[in-house]
Amino acid sequence: MIKTHFKRDNHSLRDKILALDFLLIFSILLLGIISLFAMYSTEQGKLGYYTKSHLYRFFTFFILFIIISFFRIQVWFKSAYFFYFLVLALLFAVDLFGVTASGSKRWISLFFINLQPSELMKIALIIFLARFYYKIPTENLTNLKNIIVPFFAVFVPVLLVGAQPDLGTALLILIGGITVIWLTGLKLKIFLYSFLFGICLLPVGISFLKPYQKSRILTFLEPERDALGAGYQIIQSKIALGSGGIFGKGFLQGSQSYLDYLPEKHTDFIFTLFSEEFGFIGSLTLLLIYVLIIYRITAIGQNSRNNFAKLYCFGFAAAFFVYVAVNMSMVLGLLPIVGAPLPIMSYGGSSMLAVMIGLGIVMSCKIYQEDDIN
Amino acid sequence: MLSFSETFQSKSRTITRRMFILSSLKITIFIAIIVRLFYLQISENIKWRTLSDKNRLREWKTIPQRGIIEDYFGNKIAKNTQVFQLHMLPEDVPNIEELFFRLSKIIDFNKKTQTSLIRRMKKRKPWEPIIISDNLSWKEFSRLNLFLHEMQGIKPVVAVARQYLDEGSSSHIIGYVSEMSVKDLESSELLRSINAPGLKTGKNGLEKYLNEEMIGQPGLQRFEVNAYGKRIKELKLIQGVPGKNYRTTLDIEVQKFASELLKDKSGSICVMDIYTGDIIAMVSSPTYDANKFVHGISSKDWQNLINDDKKPLINKSISGTYPPGSTIKPLVALSALENDVISPKTTVECRGSIELYGHKYHCWKEKGHGFMRLREAIKQSCDIYFYEAARRLGIDRLAITANKFGLGNKVLDFLIEEKKGLVPTTKWKLRNIGKGWVLGETLLAGIGQGYFQATPIQLCLMSAQLANGGHKIEPKIIYNEKTSQFTSGIMRNQFEKLYRNKENVKFVLDAQFGANNEPMGTSYRSRHIKSEYIYAGKTGTSQIRSITAEERRLKIKQKDLPYKRRDHALFIAFAPYKNPKYAISIVIEHGGTGSSSAAPIAKKIIKKVLDRHQLRKKYHTNLLWDI
Repeated sequence: MIKTHFKRDNHSLRDKILALDFLLIFSILLLGIISLFAMYSTEQGKLGYYTKSHLYRFFTFFILFIIISFFRIQVWFKSAYFFYFLVLALLFAVDLFGVTASGSKRWISLFFINLQPSELMKIALIIFLARFYYKIPTENLTNLKNIIVPFFAVFVPVLLVGAQPDLGTALLILIGGITVIWLTGLKLKIFLYSFLFGICLLPVGISFLKPYQKSRILTFLEPERDALGAGYQIIQSKIALGSGGIFGKGFLQGSQSYLDYLPEKHTDFIFTLFSEEFGFIGSLTLLLIYVLIIYRITAIGQNSRNNFAKLYCFGFAAAFFVYVAVNMSMVLGLLPIVGAPLPIMSYGGSSMLAVMIGLGIVMSCKIYQEDDIN
Repeated sequence: MLSFSETFQSKSRTITRRMFILSSLKITIFIAIIVRLFYLQISENIKWRTLSDKNRLREWKTIPQRGIIEDYFGNKIAKNTQVFQLHMLPEDVPNIEELFFRLSKIIDFNKKTQTSLIRRMKKRKPWEPIIISDNLSWKEFSRLNLFLHEMQGIKPVVAVARQYLDEGSSSHIIGYVSEMSVKDLESSELLRSINAPGLKTGKNGLEKYLNEEMIGQPGLQRFEVNAYGKRIKELKLIQGVPGKNYRTTLDIEVQKFASELLKDKSGSICVMDIYTGDIIAMVSSPTYDANKFVHGISSKDWQNLINDDKKPLINKSISGTYPPGSTIKPLVALSALENDVISPKTTVECRGSIELYGHKYHCWKEKGHGFMRLREAIKQSCDIYFYEAARRLGIDRLAITANKFGLGNKVLDFLIEEKKGLVPTTKWKLRNIGKGWVLGETLLAGIGQGYFQATPIQLCLMSAQLANGGHKIEPKIIYNEKTSQFTSGIMRNQFEKLYRNKENVKFVLDAQFGANNEPMGTSYRSRHIKSEYIYAGKTGTSQIRSITAEERRLKIKQKDLPYKRRDHALFIAFAPYKNPKYAISIVIEHGGTGSSSAAPIAKKIIKKVLDRHQLRKKYHTNLLWDI
């Protein structure tokens, strides 16, 4: 009976292709195309560096995504720890020989590319925890070992990234990690205690914040406090969004971005640019694509037979959701500006690489959904 | 094995259950985001759209055309002209040093202006055009255009700027425009409301007085700008309204002629229509080139102007005050006659000096004039006679007449530079000096010395009001159709009379005729022979200090004295004698005697003015006003 659970990889290439989740692929491609148009618009309708670079990356990483999905899920299961420690090593490397840009050390120069390991850690942590928890029975979750290991697995990278300093990414890693832990069935009580403990530590944490990070939080609470300084970004973002209206100002017509009022329009504020030009309808469409992606990831997890795939897919879906929700809430003025990219839409190689790797593993779960681990 | 599978299954269920909880949380958050989007993009759309427009639209004011100032005949005294400028866009210049070097070969562009330009550049954004030179010569401009393709980031521009007649005869009365100062902005509501960059404002003269009318209304350019303030494209242009043009009563020909006569001298010439009060000429010498101020005067030129002893920047016609000297004698005579303290038959013996309380008062003629009657006393300008006349008259009665005829009051009230002069009274002395009036001062007042101070335009007005038979007129410089009618003879009854007995005025005018046209008269040598030019006048020589007994004994001649200590030469006149039309006043600072240096100039001016009378009359009836 158990034997039947352990099918070997006897999929032909044709089977693999047919087993792909085409709705997910369609959504990703659609998002990629929209992101290229948005990037084209940030360059005022010129086929410039950003658009080209974004196109090459999307193309390359999309192929990588397909390649990853054709590997057996066991391969990813087995390399989970290795992947995590590799990225962790890179994070330490960043701390030692990282490239400093605009006051924070986030990048590491690897021959021909500048990599941001903190972005990869988002995926690495999820896959690590999925492997760690997949066969631990619910009643054993509170064992000391089962508490200590995940605790360090989460907080070591979070602290490393937070110290870069990159508060946004650190929080996203933390939220992703906690979500996976919670999904495994750890009692709510423990989260509650940890949360209270965290609250107690908050003043200590605040004292570690850089002045600009403090000002961002204060600005979020009251954007008009410093309209030309820290509040400038959020006010200009709201002006751009709000002036878009129902149908938007039209492609390449977004005056806020075209005239450079919008900050960071390639990266964190790409949604604002898109929303200014395509309005409420456009924003809703974009949101729908993200919902579709998240839904497909969740569905793949649900249809997977093994708990590793389930945990991974649910965890990744949750993390993916968090990236989208945090970015949108941020540009809509619902959260402070923390620096969280919008998956695939935002310009940035590491972020896209991480998301595409994550999606590739999800797709691998889909193709090998009948497979079991061990 | 089975238990393993069971735990496996139960764990799977836990995970799935929690996934569903998480999914509902996700949906809730997404709904919140959609609500927020709806709120911003639909509910608050108008608010944000307004803010977006406020961001991207910026308006600039364009400078309106300044009104033109013309003379009586429509000749432009102050006009707007094309100037050739060179602008630079610093962001487009690849190598600023190379550009400067090349420019220095083509246009006048020395090291000093280069450094000041670089200093100015540092304060501005690199895309803001900066003016390298705002007034290039045509030669420089054309040469620049020839080499233009070899230089990047510079742009030759044809702009509009104020231009004045460069001979400068009217610089004082017209004034000039220049860059606005903080003070100008503070004092003018209009300038504050316009406040367009590069707007020039009137600094003095008519340019200042008529500034608000001549400025016009600025135009408007609406641009789309980016976050750094750079103009991206023009969206709208509203043309400005040019300022009001003004026609003056001046005759630029006479102005130039008078200015030429005063060349190398320091002084003033005023010519006035004795009925309309039209000022035909008002010249101050030395003059300056008002054009230099328009584009910012160089510090060297400025130093030259302010260090010049002859004070070229001062409009001596209205701001220079001089003791009127003997030119006041017709007025003293009139006052004495009107107050019946003397009669034409009153005789006084002149022995060259008289003594009063141990102080000696001299006549200009050392030997004395002998027995004098009033007409001869005016004609020969006998000081002793007027000491006596003033003694009998008293200072306060003299002051009343002097005030009536225009001394001690501003003539052209609107020019801020104008001075009031001074007609002393006993009250004035007590109030301002704190001492009682003494008789000796009355004697000096009788010959226009002592405290007496008058501006050339006041003397001209006095002469005009005597010449027109003793009627009050309103001097003016801005042409006014209603009051500039040629009223000579016809409308005399409408004027306010300044006299009690008409015969007294006639007598004084006749005496001035004698002074100018009869042997022994002080300005006899400057008379006109041709009947149509014959005029009457009165010389004056005003001492600027008291002559010491030593000097009197040595008989030092004026020309032997240092310039600064020489007397001012004055002359007032009206012409022609029969049926007079114009009055003039001439002041030559440190010119020596009135008869030797002021009267000969009057002779020439009078001929010029009378020659142009028919033209002026004709021009009036044609009323050309079509610019």
